[in-house]
Amino acid sequence: MCLAVPGKIVAISGDDPYTRTGDVSFSGLVTKVNLAYVPEAKENDYVIVHAGFAISVLDEEEAQATLASFDELKQSLEQAT
Amino acid sequence: MKYIDEFRDHEHVAVLAQAIKKSCTQSWTLMELCGGQTHAIMKYGIDQLLPEQINLVHGPGCPVCVTPLAAIDKAIAIAELDDVIFCTFGDMLRVPGSAKDLMTVKAEGGDVRAVYSPLEAVTLAEQNPDKHVVFFAVGFETTIPTTAMAAYQAKQRQLNNFKLLVSHVRVPPAMQAILAAPENRVQGFLAAGNVCVVMGYHEYLPIAEKYQVPIVVTGFEPVDILQGILHCVQQLEENRAVVENQYGRAVTQAGNVAAQTMIERVFEVSSFAWRGLGEIESSGFQLNADYAEFDAAQHFQVGHINTQEPKTCKSGEVLQGILKPFDCPEFGKRCTPENPLGATMVSSEGACAAYYAYRRHQDLRNEHELTLSASYK
Repeated sequence: MCLAVPGKIVAISGDDPYTRTGDVSFSGLVTKVNLAYVPEAKENDYVIVHAGFAISVLDEEEAQATLASFDELKQSLEQAT
Repeated sequence: MKYIDEFRDHEHVAVLAQAIKKSCTQSWTLMELCGGQTHAIMKYGIDQLLPEQINLVHGPGCPVCVTPLAAIDKAIAIAELDDVIFCTFGDMLRVPGSAKDLMTVKAEGGDVRAVYSPLEAVTLAEQNPDKHVVFFAVGFETTIPTTAMAAYQAKQRQLNNFKLLVSHVRVPPAMQAILAAPENRVQGFLAAGNVCVVMGYHEYLPIAEKYQVPIVVTGFEPVDILQGILHCVQQLEENRAVVENQYGRAVTQAGNVAAQTMIERVFEVSSFAWRGLGEIESSGFQLNADYAEFDAAQHFQVGHINTQEPKTCKSGEVLQGILKPFDCPEFGKRCTPENPLGATMVSSEGACAAYYAYRRHQDLRNEHELTLSASYK
């Protein structure tokens, strides 16, 4: 049930806050997703989808920071050896 | 950035595995709290990348698995009624009840349907005004907003034939129950990323402090899980116990406020009897007074059901992290995904199913055979 694969919003339809819907692409497979819980979401954002609802817009800066921390970790391991 | 390949990168995996090995000087037992994480650990062989001192135990993170048998029996009794269209997530259909499962009800002529989203059940209620449409709502905080929205939309559209059989649970009280148990072995938690997407992680701060246990909010990709383990081990080695957020790209401390607001609009906190863990105060949700009209448990009087837990299934101990799946004598023998004795073998997020799917039972058999052949020498 908790599949955390992110999808990309390729289109948004409707403006009712409870039924606003996104076409979300998972590697090309597009499904309709309710956007009520991500009012800030816009086209080209990546979202985590659960049971037909987007529950989070992914933060690219945070993701980059996490990835950068691995490079730092690698350097510190190399220095230690 | 597509948020997938970057977090499955083998170089990052190697760096993290090396860092864990270097940080770890003694034995530590960590529990991951999400069935999706359990599945990923087995799928990517993460347990096999760790030093022997790190023991991963699998928590009660599979929603199908913690749903009490009494609720499943009640679901089956309601699904058998003539004027009911019974909907739930696909995994629930094969969970054995005391006498049968929902799939059998369907085979016997009941109108039982697997849905992807609770909103599909609302649409069915609109299309079938002469039937009762019941959605069996299971799951943790991640799923609860989706049920809440279904109830909200049903109320807006005055769909009196829409009903909810609610079996929703909250993670933090279960963590406290695990930590307070005398046989507890868990020294650090990987908190479930998607639960925290919705609820944030402020609820975990007092738990980390009271029980002096590190809690790392962790994602689902292999790199996420390894980083979660690394941060947990580093805290344990440094004798620290705080809440850290490894899954910052998706989780904030406050969580998804819109989703929380909808949960509060529809539900109220209640006691809940977890399968495997027993009754835990404030660990569940029930419909509040404004939404009581949608409560299937109140609406359908199905009479007394004689609920009987299967005697040989050890899923209760597996859910508490006391036993590993292969410690159960039935695992991989009488109990398989084709013929599950308990819920942990049914759901793909169940620990038993994950061990079986990724052939951990064969490793065990090989070990058994080695032991046997050694004993004949």
